[in-house]
Amino acid sequence: MPAAAPAIQLEGVTKRFGEIVAVDGLDLAVPPGVCFGLLGPNGAGKSTTMRMLTAQALATEGSIQVLGYELPGESKAARMEMGVVPQQDNLDVELTCRQILGVFARLYRVPRAERQEAVERALDIANLRGRADTIVRELSGGMRRRLLVARGLIHRPRLVLLDEPTVGLDPQVRQELWSLIDSLRSEGVTLLMSTHYIEEAERLSDTVAVMSGGRIIAQGTPAELVGTHAGREVLEIYGPPDRLTAVESQAIARGWRHRRSGPALALLGAEGLDGEAPQGVRRPANLEDAFVALTGQEIE
Amino acid sequence: MSADTAVPAPRRRDRVRRLSRLDPAALAGVMMRDVVLFRRYWKATTFSSIVQPTIYLVAFGVGFGSLVSHVGHVRYVQYVATGVVATAVLFSSAFPGMFNTFIRWQYQRTYDAILAAPVDVEELVTAEILWVSIRAGVYGLAPLVVGFFFGLRPHPGMLLVVLIGFVTGFGFCAFGVLIAAIAKTIDNFNYVTSAVLTPMFLVAGTFFPISTLPHGLRTIAQFNPLYHCVAVVRDVSLNTIVTADLLHVAVLVLWALLMWRLAIWRLQGRLID
Repeated sequence: MPAAAPAIQLEGVTKRFGEIVAVDGLDLAVPPGVCFGLLGPNGAGKSTTMRMLTAQALATEGSIQVLGYELPGESKAARMEMGVVPQQDNLDVELTCRQILGVFARLYRVPRAERQEAVERALDIANLRGRADTIVRELSGGMRRRLLVARGLIHRPRLVLLDEPTVGLDPQVRQELWSLIDSLRSEGVTLLMSTHYIEEAERLSDTVAVMSGGRIIAQGTPAELVGTHAGREVLEIYGPPDRLTAVESQAIARGWRHRRSGPALALLGAEGLDGEAPQGVRRPANLEDAFVALTGQEIE
Repeated sequence: MSADTAVPAPRRRDRVRRLSRLDPAALAGVMMRDVVLFRRYWKATTFSSIVQPTIYLVAFGVGFGSLVSHVGHVRYVQYVATGVVATAVLFSSAFPGMFNTFIRWQYQRTYDAILAAPVDVEELVTAEILWVSIRAGVYGLAPLVVGFFFGLRPHPGMLLVVLIGFVTGFGFCAFGVLIAAIAKTIDNFNYVTSAVLTPMFLVAGTFFPISTLPHGLRTIAQFNPLYHCVAVVRDVSLNTIVTADLLHVAVLVLWALLMWRLAIWRLQGRLID
């Protein structure tokens, strides 16, 4: 396979569940060796997209290629070479860490002679060597998530799908997982990560695609997205609600890009505002500004 | 065979072809999980598989046996001991088929994890059924062993019971999987247990010969796979094999094949969106 061929390529992919259109004519190309972030609000179609890449959901229309394999026909071969970290914890609660990893080493066809080593390596990745023989039910949430990630890496995949890898985790565990994801990328593993955490996408992704309503509405490096959709600076105006409402009508009248941001009103692309702009705090624009400008949705 | 990292990856087509349908490695991987779990639960499983036939033999064989001494030429205790083999097989296959499938799929989401690995629904379902039916075949011997203490005579033909139990268990486990794939909630299993499985196990020639039934019921009983299981088990155990047993075996094999394909088909539709 030529080096330039995308690790993942979707063309015109649509997925309908009855009346509901979860993915709507999606085009996506993930080059090899990058961390590609799929950023979008809940319900944007990220998880459905992820499931289609393992052929656990079948596209209603369009074509999907993963690692050069045509899906769904050749999906089993593709699954041999990729690892999946699901959003929902689906660890076997009745097994121990070591047993789970042993079972998945078999499912991923790790040769018998290498299985033991693969299990030990995964235990190290999960930092669970000391709990190797503990039943999963007795592990903490953070430990379970680390095991979930290590399980998906047991066979040294070339491509890893991470569906909301740090959702519901406390900041420390999140940091640990971020370092792990970063080290995978530096080893040359291709990563496709869905997330609705702006910071996660911004810190880890080489390329971010913003997904909304089942399609990609913008794509680029985090810096490009910010520059294009939120400008260089943002002016944040604080004040009582009626003051904000007044500024908002002014912004609408003048055609200033703006958004409500908690207790403040934020004017995007503030570097281009003229002297009439109200008083406020200037700060550099970030991906969150771009995201809200693009999707019209606040994030949690 | 050790993989050398210096060796270039096999050509794409070769890699695709190497993954056959019903890949033994996939089946072994899924069954490994069951074996690991079984190592933890074997005591409870063995306990109940010994106690259940003992209760039947005491209640029916001894209790009832004081009223009925023989069915045909067979002593009633022998009749029940061999009949209860089918009951043991039924319970140890249909229930795991229903409950394990539903719990692992809907509650634990284990199946979701397995299907993200290079394992197809066909392999997953087949491996799960294989494991349950092997276990059901082996535990099908338990009532006979218990029967030895009630006067049943050991006979080499009894070893065939493992095989018959395996085929019957395969069909009933697959039936259970099919029910799990159709059921909306786990409570729906009650309908199947009371309306299908209970009459099946009673009207199978387990405790009384179906020849005593009215004509209509007798005809229905012919369609009960368990009836065919009971007939063969009794004949190989009591050394009374007749040509009709081949027909019984054929029915059991057909039942197993039919349920196997139906289970895969239905669960495929539920597991893959």
